Amino acid sequence: MPAIEIRGLTKSYGEVEAVRGIDLTVEEGEVFALLGPNGAGKTTTVEILEGHRTSTSGEVTVLGHDPARGEIEFQDRVGIVLQETSVEAELTVREALTIYGGAYSKRLEPQRLVEIVGLNEKVDARIGTLSGGQKRRLELALGIVGDPDLIFLDEPTTGFDPSARREAWSVIDNLRSLGKTILLTTHYMDEAQNLSDRVAVIANGLIVAEGTPETLGGRELSASKASFATPAGVSVPFDHAIEGDRIVVELTDPARQLHEVTGWALEAGVDLDDLSVSRPSLEDVYLALTEDT
Amino acid sequence: MARPGTVPLLRQQTGYQAKIFFRTPIAAFFTLIFPLMLLFLFGALFGTGEIPELGITFVQFFTPALAVFSAANATFSNIGVGTAYQRDEGILKRVRGTPLPAWIFMGGKIVASTLIAAMSVVLMMGVGVLVYGIEVYPRTLPAATVTFLVGTACFASLGLLVAAVSPTGNAATAITNATLLPLAFLSGLFIPITDSSPAWLTTVADIFPLSYFHEAFAAAFLPGTTGTQFDWGSLGYMALWGVVALLLGIRWFKWEKPVSSGRRAKVKTQS
Repeated sequence: MPAIEIRGLTKSYGEVEAVRGIDLTVEEGEVFALLGPNGAGKTTTVEILEGHRTSTSGEVTVLGHDPARGEIEFQDRVGIVLQETSVEAELTVREALTIYGGAYSKRLEPQRLVEIVGLNEKVDARIGTLSGGQKRRLELALGIVGDPDLIFLDEPTTGFDPSARREAWSVIDNLRSLGKTILLTTHYMDEAQNLSDRVAVIANGLIVAEGTPETLGGRELSASKASFATPAGVSVPFDHAIEGDRIVVELTDPARQLHEVTGWALEAGVDLDDLSVSRPSLEDVYLALTEDT
Repeated sequence: MARPGTVPLLRQQTGYQAKIFFRTPIAAFFTLIFPLMLLFLFGALFGTGEIPELGITFVQFFTPALAVFSAANATFSNIGVGTAYQRDEGILKRVRGTPLPAWIFMGGKIVASTLIAAMSVVLMMGVGVLVYGIEVYPRTLPAATVTFLVGTACFASLGLLVAAVSPTGNAATAITNATLLPLAFLSGLFIPITDSSPAWLTTVADIFPLSYFHEAFAAAFLPGTTGTQFDWGSLGYMALWGVVALLLGIRWFKWEKPVSSGRRAKVKTQS
């Protein structure tokens, strides 16, 4: 049974259609990223899956439950890391982890939780004294306090500096290695690429592409490109485009074309300064998919 | 491992709410210390002289009245304001995503604030006895205790109702201040109401439960009585208010603050 199954999901707020018909399946043990710009419908979708919102129409099954019913058996197996929440500043990290873990049937010990998220040295500090990044790590710890089978991470690293993001990614990697199913939302391409097994791009309340980070949007079928700095005083005998001060060659037949390029370079005494060969990045694909929004 | 039972969970929630209360100095001050300051102030102003119309001393009158004020404040204001601020901060939303039953979460708040109210009442009456020599009677203590329990339950329910109808914590603060303080004056908690007071004062005050809380609790500390001093009429009226407030509070309660920013500003209705 898939961990999450969504069929024809829609959600309207008054006249605003935030979600306009989404179908999605997330398998058990999978790390799935919902990638999209702000306002695309990511949070609305995830909050319906968490049971915080009701759908306008469509069918949603999460771990065999309808999340809208708010059943305790469902909440017991799900961990939620929300956007824009806080934890009582008056409590210590250990107290918060103990209290919020109190109602779950499976509980991870505070000591183990702070090790997973890297808050060991702050376990007895008041939450009001933590930095922004430390608070977010505490929220990750609170999300897994009940040793959940499924974890929702709504924009887990928004507002982080680059090193804090890398650390959060390694925490999420730890969770993956524990065998958890994870659904995360993000508007960072590199986050989806680094963390997820599969990605769905959502824009304007619809899923516009779905696949692995490698194949998303037909990326594996797109031609690679070779490019190098434009050499002075020589003419280029093969098909090419000029982008700024670079020569770009679309590689529809890579082996033959690259041979042609390097053969020409040797003959003409061109150094091929700053040579690069690359496929379109996930970012290129993402921007192309969401440019209308 | 099974989920923990109701009693340990309720105990844990009560401890957690009490911990937050005592680590918020401003709340602890206004609930426990401020009413005592009023007692010392009134004691200094009026001393142990007698109120001619009522035939009892000022301190014998003010101590139970201020105890009622403390108890109402400890439940009504702390639950109303505290819960609304927790909604502002997203804490209620986080709690709702966990398997903690909603009623145990609210139950922890109610039990903790009742215990805090009990502390403030014992503190007030204790200071009254030790500093001003007011009289307490073992015969009427059961009535005082039952009145305290019914009164705090009523005001805890009203606090829940305030939390339910307040869009923000600031609104809840305004609502509790704008209701409890004027009612405390109207109900004769700060100034004794006598036969020479205007009649409309009593008419208005008698709609709301605070004057009944006061009347029933003060009856237990009236000199010269002989019975157990149970005021069943007042207790019943407070219970009625409490039940109605509780039902409306549960019905209107929201776990998330109204959406008011970004593209969802256009929202008209939202379930």
